[in-house]
Order: sequence, then C-alpha cells, then structure tokens
Amino acid sequence: MKPVLAEILVPGEAGTGCALVLTAPISFWGGVAPRTGRIADVRHPQYGAVIGGKVLFVPGTIGSSSASAVLMELVHAGKAPAALVLHEPDAILLLGLIVAREMGWPTPVAVKLDKTRFADMARRVSVGKDGLIVSAVTP
Amino acid sequence: MLLTAAESAIAAGQNGEGAAMAMRIVADAARLLGAPRLIPIASAHIDGALYHGDSGTLFAERLVEGKAQVSVRSTLNVGALDLMGCSRQRLHGGERDMARRMMRAYRQLGCEPSWTCAPYQAGHRPTLGTDVAWGESNAVVFCNSVLGARTNRYGDFLDIACAISGRAPDHGLHRRENRVATLIFDLSALSPAFLASEIAWPVLGSLYGRTVGDAVGIVTGVAPSPGEDRLKAFGAAAASSGAVGLFHIAGVTPEAPDIETATGGASVPRIAVTAAMAADAQARLSTAGKTDRIDAVAIGSPHLSAAEFDQLEQALAGRRTVVPLYACTGRHVLAALDQSARRRALEALGVIVVVDTCVVVTPIMIDLPDGVLMTNSGKFAHYAPGNTGYAVLYASLEDCVESAVAGRPVFSEEAWR
Repeated sequence: MKPVLAEILVPGEAGTGCALVLTAPISFWGGVAPRTGRIADVRHPQYGAVIGGKVLFVPGTIGSSSASAVLMELVHAGKAPAALVLHEPDAILLLGLIVAREMGWPTPVAVKLDKTRFADMARRVSVGKDGLIVSAVTP
Repeated sequence: MLLTAAESAIAAGQNGEGAAMAMRIVADAARLLGAPRLIPIASAHIDGALYHGDSGTLFAERLVEGKAQVSVRSTLNVGALDLMGCSRQRLHGGERDMARRMMRAYRQLGCEPSWTCAPYQAGHRPTLGTDVAWGESNAVVFCNSVLGARTNRYGDFLDIACAISGRAPDHGLHRRENRVATLIFDLSALSPAFLASEIAWPVLGSLYGRTVGDAVGIVTGVAPSPGEDRLKAFGAAAASSGAVGLFHIAGVTPEAPDIETATGGASVPRIAVTAAMAADAQARLSTAGKTDRIDAVAIGSPHLSAAEFDQLEQALAGRRTVVPLYACTGRHVLAALDQSARRRALEALGVIVVVDTCVVVTPIMIDLPDGVLMTNSGKFAHYAPGNTGYAVLYASLEDCVESAVAGRPVFSEEAWR
C-alpha cells in the first residue's frame, strides 16, 4: 500500500508497531481489560489479543460511556496502542486521549481512515505525528 | 469560531488552570462531535466519580489543585464505596484508598454528595426544555424522556468538564430536530393486566432498547401512566440493552401529548409488539437456565425509591430471608428509613441496605463462580453476569422476596399469560 496522509483526530506521538485490525466494533469498557490491554469480550473476533504497542485499527465502537476511562487508564499505565486508526471519530473513546494530554502524559496519535482500507495493511505499520500512515515498515 | 471570546479567555487560564482545563476538554469534545458552538447548561449529574483505575483519581485531583469549582448544580452518581457504612465492599488497600480519594476530590469540586443513580428522585429535577449535562445512562434517559430536559450521554471526564465550564457542545439531543420520534413502538396488543404489572416495564424496556438501538421512538398503547418508578425501570432497561437516550410515551411523557406532536407529523414505521415478543424478552433477561438454587437477591437498579421500600416491606411481611437480599438505594431514602428505624427492622430480616453504590459496580456480594442472583431489575439482569460472575434469574419483586424467604427460586403464576 502507498503511504496515505490521514486526518488527525487527536494529535500525539508517532507510533510504529504490528497492525491489529479489529474486524468488529468494540466496547472498551467491559471489552478491554484496563490493567492489561487484553481484549476481554469473549464474543469479539480478536478476543485475547493485546492492544498495547500495536497500531490499532478500529472499525467502530459500541457500549458504555466509560470507554474514555479505560483508554486513559491504559495510557497512564504505558499499555496503550502505539497509534489508533479509527473509521470514524468517537468522542467518548477519544476523550480518554484528550484528557491524558491535559494531564501531560504522552499519548499516541489518533487518525481517521476509512475501514475499507484496513485490509490493505501489512504486518507492521507506522503512523507519523502528521498523520502519515506507512504500511509494510521493515522491522 | 467554536468558542466565544469569553470562553477562549477561560480556556487560556483567565479563571485558573482547573477552569481552563475543563473548558479545553469541552471544546475538544465539541470539535470531535462537529458541534458549531457551546451552549450554557443549567445543571449536571456526574458519573465520573466511580473508580475504574488510578488515572481518573489523578485527573479529579488535578482539577482540585487548579482551583476548579462546578458552576452549576451538580449531583454525584454512585461511587465505589458505601460511605454510610451500611454495607461492606471488598476493595482492598491501594484501590480502596484511591476510590476514597476520588470521591473526596469530586466533593471538593463542589459536587453534591448525592451518590445516587436516581438523582431525579433525590430532588434534582431540571424543567422541561432546559439544557443540562448528565451522565449515567438511566439518569440520562429519565431526564430527557420523563422530565423533558435536554442532555446527551455525558461520559467520564466530559461530565465534570461541562459542570465546571457550565457549557456543553451544541449537539445531539440538545437540538430539537433530534428529539423527534422516528418510529412507533405499539403496545396496544398486550393485555391490560400485563401492562399493569410491575414486571412488564423492565421487560418492555429491554425489548425496546434492543429493537430501536439509539433511535428515538414513541411508545403507544399505554394508558393510564404507569407511574414514575415504572418509567424509571423501563428507561434503565432500555438504556442497558440499547443506546437509548430519549423515548416518548404518547399521552404520558411531556413531549408527546399525541403521536403527531412527537413525530412532527411524519409517517414513521410501526413496530407491533406481541405477547410472544414480550415473553421472549422476559426469558432473555435470565441467564441461569433451569436451576433450583439462588445465592442472593438484588433489587434497586436504579436506586430504590421510598415507595419501592414500602413494597419491599409489604412483600416481606415480617418474614426472615434465607439468602441475602441486597436493597440498593441513595442516602435521600436512607434518612427516612433511619428516622423510623425501618432500616434496622429490614436488616433484622436479612436485608442488606446498600447506600451510595450498588452490587454491580463494586465488589459487595461474595465471589461465587457459579452463583445465581435473582433480581427484578432489567439493568441488574443485564450487567450482573459480566460484572459479578453471577448468573441471573429475572423475576417480579414479589417472586424475588418469596425466593429469598424460601432459599430457592419461586415463580408465581402470572395472570397475564
């Protein structure tokens, strides 16, 4: 895939990591363990995967308005994804990054990309501070 | 220009760093939502004081250090601890300390120590058409639907930021055009006996939420009004099974004197609810399968009103329970219970009154991997399996009490079947 310049939803640190492409919407509260970053919803197709350090592709979000608290808790514990790529902006989830920034904690960049392009991703991906998504980064 | 000059000055620190942080958070949320401006709010109900991890405590304490204060009336939803000491929580050491620090920080910000998920029964009732910023899904849906005030679902952090700034993004259910019903949920085929029963409302709420998702609907075929406690149960169940923020009931709720008013005169799809659909929805509230055991009974999600305690006492009729019966409520009800020594009488019968919190948000019930919990609450039925590990049996209040007394599930014949 050619590099693509994505819209920045919340500015933050550039990140490189393995791509973790979620194939179903996720509820962060109840769906991701706040202490470990492991996907804890047994009905989710990526159940058991750890989101920490990954470039996380999120096709959609569902569920509780405490999603922001879970994401901020992961940021604070150093277990957040390396970067977040969302199909559409989700104010509740991204509030976790906005508040973490206000707290002065380093946060990963969050960008917007149409979910139809998620399948193009190679195993490793980087997302720049400017929103540039580069797939097939050599390790 | 999202912010006015005055709002920009606050965001830049004119009124101190805490107020600035709050204004910036509201402005960032507004940008993400695509809201054109902020609007003033008249009150807030804050769900953010429930402990999920240390970062939330540190955030609240940062606001306190920055000398922030809420600028509108702000009630608090449940915390993780029963500060009245009626029940015990199994939070330990560091976690207990951080949960307590979090509850204290929200007090220091000027929030009222209401610690209830039913603030609308604790004297916090914004009037028709008022913009407010409320959190807690059942409180949001009651505020919009039964009181006719206007709020979106304000989650952790944004709720307190709105309360401090006195502003909310002009978006969603604050705007009249988004409050119009786009479907009819018709109950007229259900028997009047069923609609008059207590059990109907959590069941129908659960069905409604699963059917409509986040749409605004109008419920028809309901007369007379089922009363406030049943509307509370309907909304709480609907907001658990779906993302419901507002419902209308024709002839009952304030923005729906009739169907035409609620739909804006548009022709909308109609869902005809059948007795079979209601029976299926009721069956789905239970997860325990066929069992002859129960380990506990929990009622009070949303928190019990004074009237619901009357019903509990009538059903118990002085009999002692065999399994613990947890009755969750707010301190607004506790005061009245204590005055007349009613709490002590209930406790002597095996009732555990849980105040300021509830059994699904913090560990209160003993850890029991294959435990069975009976409840009359659609919301408890929805969240108990994931949050407590107990399987659920759903039943009416009367059957919950009979079962607690018998120590095994008791289901009475239901007249409407």
